[in-house]
Amino acid sequence: MIRLHPTMLRGLVALILIAAAALPLLAPNYYVQFASKAMLMGMVALSLNLVVGYGGLVSLCHAAFFGLAGYMLGFMTPESGGASFWLSLPVALLAVAVVAAIIGALSLRTRGIYFIMVTLAFGEMLFYLFHDTRIGGGSDGMYIYFKPEIAIAGLPLLDLEQTRSFYWLVLAMLVGAILLIMAIVKSPFGHALQAARDNEKRALSLGFPVFRLRLVAFVVSAMIAGLAGYLSAAQFGFVAPQMLGWHLSATVLVMVVLGGMSSVLGPVIGAFALIGLEEVLKSSFEHWKLIKGLIIIGIVFALPGGIRQLAELLRPRREDDEPVSADPPADPNARRPAAPAAPPKVETKGDFQHV
Amino acid sequence: MDALTFAVQLLNGLQYGLVLFLVASGLTLVFGILGVINLAHGAFYMLGAYLAWWIAAHTGSFMLALIGGVAISFVLGLLLEEIFVKRMIGRDHLAQVLLSFGLILVIDEVRQILFGKDVHSVAPPAWLKGSIQLTDILSYPVYRIALCVVCLVLAGLIFYMIQRTRLGMIIRAGAENRDMTRALGIPFDKVNRYVFAGGIALAALGGILVSPISTVFPGMGDGMLILSFVVVVLGGIGSVAGAAIGALMIGLTDTFGKVFFPQFSSILIYVLMAGILLWRPNGLMGKGN
Repeated sequence: MIRLHPTMLRGLVALILIAAAALPLLAPNYYVQFASKAMLMGMVALSLNLVVGYGGLVSLCHAAFFGLAGYMLGFMTPESGGASFWLSLPVALLAVAVVAAIIGALSLRTRGIYFIMVTLAFGEMLFYLFHDTRIGGGSDGMYIYFKPEIAIAGLPLLDLEQTRSFYWLVLAMLVGAILLIMAIVKSPFGHALQAARDNEKRALSLGFPVFRLRLVAFVVSAMIAGLAGYLSAAQFGFVAPQMLGWHLSATVLVMVVLGGMSSVLGPVIGAFALIGLEEVLKSSFEHWKLIKGLIIIGIVFALPGGIRQLAELLRPRREDDEPVSADPPADPNARRPAAPAAPPKVETKGDFQHV
Repeated sequence: MDALTFAVQLLNGLQYGLVLFLVASGLTLVFGILGVINLAHGAFYMLGAYLAWWIAAHTGSFMLALIGGVAISFVLGLLLEEIFVKRMIGRDHLAQVLLSFGLILVIDEVRQILFGKDVHSVAPPAWLKGSIQLTDILSYPVYRIALCVVCLVLAGLIFYMIQRTRLGMIIRAGAENRDMTRALGIPFDKVNRYVFAGGIALAALGGILVSPISTVFPGMGDGMLILSFVVVVLGGIGSVAGAAIGALMIGLTDTFGKVFFPQFSSILIYVLMAGILLWRPNGLMGKGN
């Protein structure tokens, strides 16, 4: 692991943020939209990791929360204009929180394989609810013709119809979500959650309310996934049942493992890597899903530790800290803007986040 | 609803439940013996149906399609166990979930390349075509009755195999305590391989048997996977008897749900699952309730 000096690290983070914020001024709209999409997936992966990585619970229903919030935006968008951001977002998140609390309370009665199966089944229940009934247009989905309006006392604050403004909103939300998860993980609550993951019986006998801890983590994580789903529905102006399907949940799980579960930022990087990889595969192969499947199988066998492990494999010299630290600052500039980051480029970032 | 309609619906529910049992028993055995969660189970159900369609379309014989589809799936199961699944035993569930998700993508795409993504139907064998006229307006297809009989016979065979044969004894012991069984010198690797391949073959068999009464389409595996999961959650992991009870409960709930609450029939089985989770979180026949 590269150990960066704290000042250096702060500088690096500032540099990445500036590069990320400046991206829409430099890159064409297509890339800005793509970057927004990647960041939203990163947000889902980030939220899922609170449950999977820090809670030790393999949940397969996060897409349902993602999609549910998207549908809520669809329901609340009037026919003649955008929904109020200040009203629709809290309502969407509240709906997700209520559903997640019910699903969580039932699923958390089980462990291991059962938990995976039960979350998958409840997630699919929501999928079929939107797929089979006419709520939300059935299997055709529904269009959201107007993006939500952010206004204070009638004054528009940010025009989300503009790709740039939307990108900045997503970036701000992602940074906020990252800071929130970091705070949670470092808090006593986060420590107790990890204790319950490592040894449930011991945590119980120490008096931790394990069930309640996990339920809170589950609901918070679902709400962040919901935030991403709300923004995603706003971005594409369309919601369909596939947004809630378990294939998306499993794909996000791949992002989490790819980026590494032991850090807060890892899954975000995993999401960027997988989304970038998918984009490249999609444009080059007709049967890209076959290759995606093989890559996932490859990850399971060859890279259980994710990208970080790849970084370790690629760098034989481990001990020399000084020359390596000179390397990464040049990298983020090239990496962050637009272009779907190829996995080998991202891994330097996978290293310092653990500091 | 008069008695005759009720009887027809009851028969439909039973038949649905029996097919579910075939598929879910394969899943629960693989869970119970190998300790591996296989999300690709539904993909093999779908693959079986497409294999049956393809063989039937080329040979014109449903029986050949049935035998060929099951045989190909069994061999495929043996191969996959040898290449991938063997290495998954004892690894965490997360790795197993990801591996089987990767397998689903590969199987789906291979199906796309080999058979396309069109929706098909398969003709039942000629001697099982036709229907029994119950009243002037109500008739019941012979194939559905034959399907019930075949499923009952297969279920009987599975129970006989589990309860009365040496292999069944090993399987029961393995489901009870895997490490102990291995420590007693049982050739577990071999048992694992055949249980996995057998489970896959059961999933494919389910897909083949329903192909004449429903359509063959790419997404059929996903729906079946979820239903099988619900069955296993209801019955308890590794319990074939539990799978039988769970499958019949789901079959009847779904069929009568469609009659009485057509709007919410797809939600009913999850309500049932939620109820069972509140009452017995490890399933009706599961360990450690």
